Order: sequence, then C-alpha cells, then structure tokens
Amino acid sequence: MSIEPSQIERVFREERGRILATLIRFVGEIDVAEEALAAAFEAALLQWPAEGMPDNPRAWLVRASRNKVIDRVRRERVAAEKLPELERAALEDGVVWASVDGAAVEDDRLRLIFTCCHPALNVEAQVALTLRILGGLGTEEIARAFLVPSATMGQRIVRAKAKIRAARIPYRIPEAEDLPERLDAVLAVLYLIFNEGYAAGSGERLVRADLCVEAIRLGRLLVELLPERAEPAALLGLMLLTDARRATRVDAEGVSVLLEDQDRSLWDAEQIREGLALVNAALRKGPAGTYAIQAAIAALHAEARTAADTDWPQIASLYSLLLRRHPSPVVELNRAVAVAMADGCEAGLLIVERLIDADVLPGYHWLPAARADLLRRLRRFTEAEAAYRQARALAGNATDQRFLERRIAEVLAVLQRHSGG
Amino acid sequence: MQYMLLIYTNEAEMAARKPGELSAMTQGYTEFTQSIVRSGNYRSGEALEPTSTATTVHVRDGKVLQTDGPYAETKEQLGGFYLVEAQDLDEATKMAARIPGAERGYVEVRPVRVFTKPT
Repeated sequence: MSIEPSQIERVFREERGRILATLIRFVGEIDVAEEALAAAFEAALLQWPAEGMPDNPRAWLVRASRNKVIDRVRRERVAAEKLPELERAALEDGVVWASVDGAAVEDDRLRLIFTCCHPALNVEAQVALTLRILGGLGTEEIARAFLVPSATMGQRIVRAKAKIRAARIPYRIPEAEDLPERLDAVLAVLYLIFNEGYAAGSGERLVRADLCVEAIRLGRLLVELLPERAEPAALLGLMLLTDARRATRVDAEGVSVLLEDQDRSLWDAEQIREGLALVNAALRKGPAGTYAIQAAIAALHAEARTAADTDWPQIASLYSLLLRRHPSPVVELNRAVAVAMADGCEAGLLIVERLIDADVLPGYHWLPAARADLLRRLRRFTEAEAAYRQARALAGNATDQRFLERRIAEVLAVLQRHSGG
Repeated sequence: MQYMLLIYTNEAEMAARKPGELSAMTQGYTEFTQSIVRSGNYRSGEALEPTSTATTVHVRDGKVLQTDGPYAETKEQLGGFYLVEAQDLDEATKMAARIPGAERGYVEVRPVRVFTKPT
C-alpha cells in the first residue's frame, strides 16, 4: 500500500496542534517541542512511504518527537534533570498511549490556548503566538497578514516565548474563578484575528481571508473544548454569519458593497445555517454576552430576504443593549444606521451628528460616510457630497476609496441634473 | 521560583494622606505580610525611605560619581518590595494584586533570574 505525500500532510495538519500541545506539557518548553515535532514530521515523511502509515499516526508522532527531545537533551546535556522523567515516559508505551488519547489531550490544547492568550503578554504577542503555535502559520505569513516586517513579527514571537519561559507563565487551564475573565481574553484574540482578516482593506486579500478561516477554525476548537460555555458558541456563530457574506462584500471592480446592496443569494447558506444554530444554542445557555448580542444582530440580517425586510427595530434595540454592556462610539454609529432604517433618516442623522460633534472617532471614515449616506437619502445632495469627500479623504484602503468615489460621482450627477434642469 | 514584587506609589500623594488613611494602609501591609509568611511565600520585604533620600552612583573611567536623587524621575516611585516564592507567574500576580499599594499605585512583578550551573 503506497501513501501519497498529500495524505501524510493531511495527518500533519490535523494532528499538529494536539501533538504540540501534549509535547509542550512533557518537555516544558515551546521551542524545544516545536523543533522536535518538526524533526518527527521529517522522519515520518521518510519512513511512512516505505513502511506504511502506522495504525495510530498521532501516537507514532508523539513518540518520535519525544525521542528527538531525548536525543537533544543527551547531546546538549542541558536540563539534565528532565532526562530520567522523559526516558521513563518514552519507555512506557502505556504512558504514551494514555497521553495521546482521550481527555488529557483535549486538556493540553486548552492549556495551550490559555498560555498563548495569557494577560501577561501584550495583545499583539497573544495574536502572534496564537496564530504561530495553535494555528501553525509561519512567521512570514503572520507578518504579511498584519503588514509588519517579518523580522518584527519574528522578534515579537521570540520575545513572547522568552517571557513565557523566564517569568514562568503557567501551562494550565485557569481555575473556575478566573475562567470567565481569561476566556474573554481568548475570545478577544480570536475576534481580533477574524476582524483583521475581514476588514480586508489593504494588503494581500488571500492571506487576509486565511485569517478569517483560521479564526473560525480556532473558534470551532474552542467550542469543542468548552461545550458548556455560551460565549465561544456565540463568537463562532457571529464569525460564521459574518463570514457568510464575505463573497458579496466587494464587487467585480473591487468596490465595497453595502449590506443593503449585497446579492443575498450568494451568501453562504450552509454557514448561515450553522451560525444560526450556534447563536440559538448560545442564547439558550445563558444570559446574552456581547458576542451573543452581535451574533443575534448578524442572525437577523442573515434571516432577512431583503434589506427592507430586515427587522430594523429589533436590530436597533439589540444595539442599545450592546451599548449598555459595552459603550463604544462604533456601536453607537451602528445603532444610528439601524435607527435610520427603523424610524427614518432624520432620527439616525441626529445620532450621527452627535457623534461627530463629540469628536470621539477622529479619522474613522465610516462616520462621515454614514452621515453622507443619510444626507443623500434625505436628498440634501450638496451636504452629502461634502461629507462623502471628507470620508474619502480619511479612507485608508482602496475598496472603500473606490466605493466613496463612486458615491461622490452619483451625487454630483444628481446635482448637475438639478442645476441643468 | 522567586519573584520580586516592586511597589511603585506616588510619594507626594502618600505624604498628603490623612493619619487615619495611613494607619489603615499600615494595617493592610501588616496583614498582607503576615498572610504570605503563613502561606510560606514570603522571603523578604522592606519599605524604602522616599526618593528625596536617594543617591545614585555611577563609575566612569574609574571615577565614582554621585548624584542626589533617584535614577529616574517618574510619576510613581519605588517605595518598597517583597521577594516571594511562587509556583508560577499566576501565583505571583495574585499576590501582587493583594498588596495595598496596588490599589492606587502599581506593582511590577519581576522573575528572579536562575543561573544554570556550567557543565
């Protein structure tokens, strides 16, 4: 029986996180575990095609990785006190089997998530570590996705690993009393990764879509590992419902398309179905947190056949609820848009102009863009044009710039018709 | 593993406190110290005289130079420390959060470096 290299690679992709998480617990150091696993993968690429796929590839890779660690410890004579323990574990196959199957492995993956997203690391480091270690992305890839030089990203990861080691950031699932707060930090990292990909304004589109895929994959993992918690399910639902619209957000000419103008028949029905189920499950599990509220809003959009069909009053009241939990000018702006749809453009414009007067979102191009849009609908075209130009001057990415330029042209055309006729 | 908990508080604000507040703070420190002595985490700990009493020394080209004052002028000043034994950073930061100075000032948690013996 011959094995295709693609088959082996699939095993690696599927097993990598689990094995690495368990190895880190055994060897106590992320770097050492990563190196050993890489060496074990190489060995597998040589041996499996010749000898056939082992019955339990995961156990094979764990054993091979551990042997690599022992080789290294012997060779370098570092951490000599660890050696007896490692050797004993390697010799006892029973230990190997027990450690690669069942709940212990799932616990290791949770440990790894909580270590990568530890509050003693800054958020950039948490994001980088999560993508590197849990996601298995290369430093180069992560650097490209976040538009920083590869060397900078490399240093960030090295520094974070060094701090984990030197300050002894524990490899442990937080105690019950700390879990809600620590889980919030993990969810924040996943959502940040997702949004970085979804904002998809600048940089290479493909890489950034990968970030969405990775955030969703990690979200699934978290739901699988913490099935009784509501917020991971809510976040996964939110990400799936949002991502379902990805294909329709930009048109063939690379121009942003507003939610109301998107071709809903192209939304990913399968993802919407899964997202809706998750949101409903999350809402049944407990009081709605901030992700559940946002997911409920996304669900209302997903369920509406057209923009006009949308339950805008319900969306506006969900934004009010979100605002009470999590006061933020961006949430207030979203509420303004929903209020405009529910109660009329004047009501929405009032909120938007209050935000502009308060100067709480300087440089945020969607604020003047929202004002422009409401003015346009109120047929106050001269003011609308000026506001679109303000937004255009602030927009940092090409898709939004093109969208705003198109709007300016439309408004100008109307103004010319008026003055001409 | 040992951690140094460095307590940074605003000296001016501290000096302006009423006697009642100060005795409550002293009481808080006494209770905290006793609790970590009892739990076996305490290694040492001291309060420092204010930075107005500090002298900073440096040696350049073999010459000893002294300057009046702390190494750096900061909004909060190092006012005391604890050296504690903790299993990991989580245990150390939990202890740091219980130090009365953390409520208005800041506590910096620094792992004590472990030197491995040369083979």
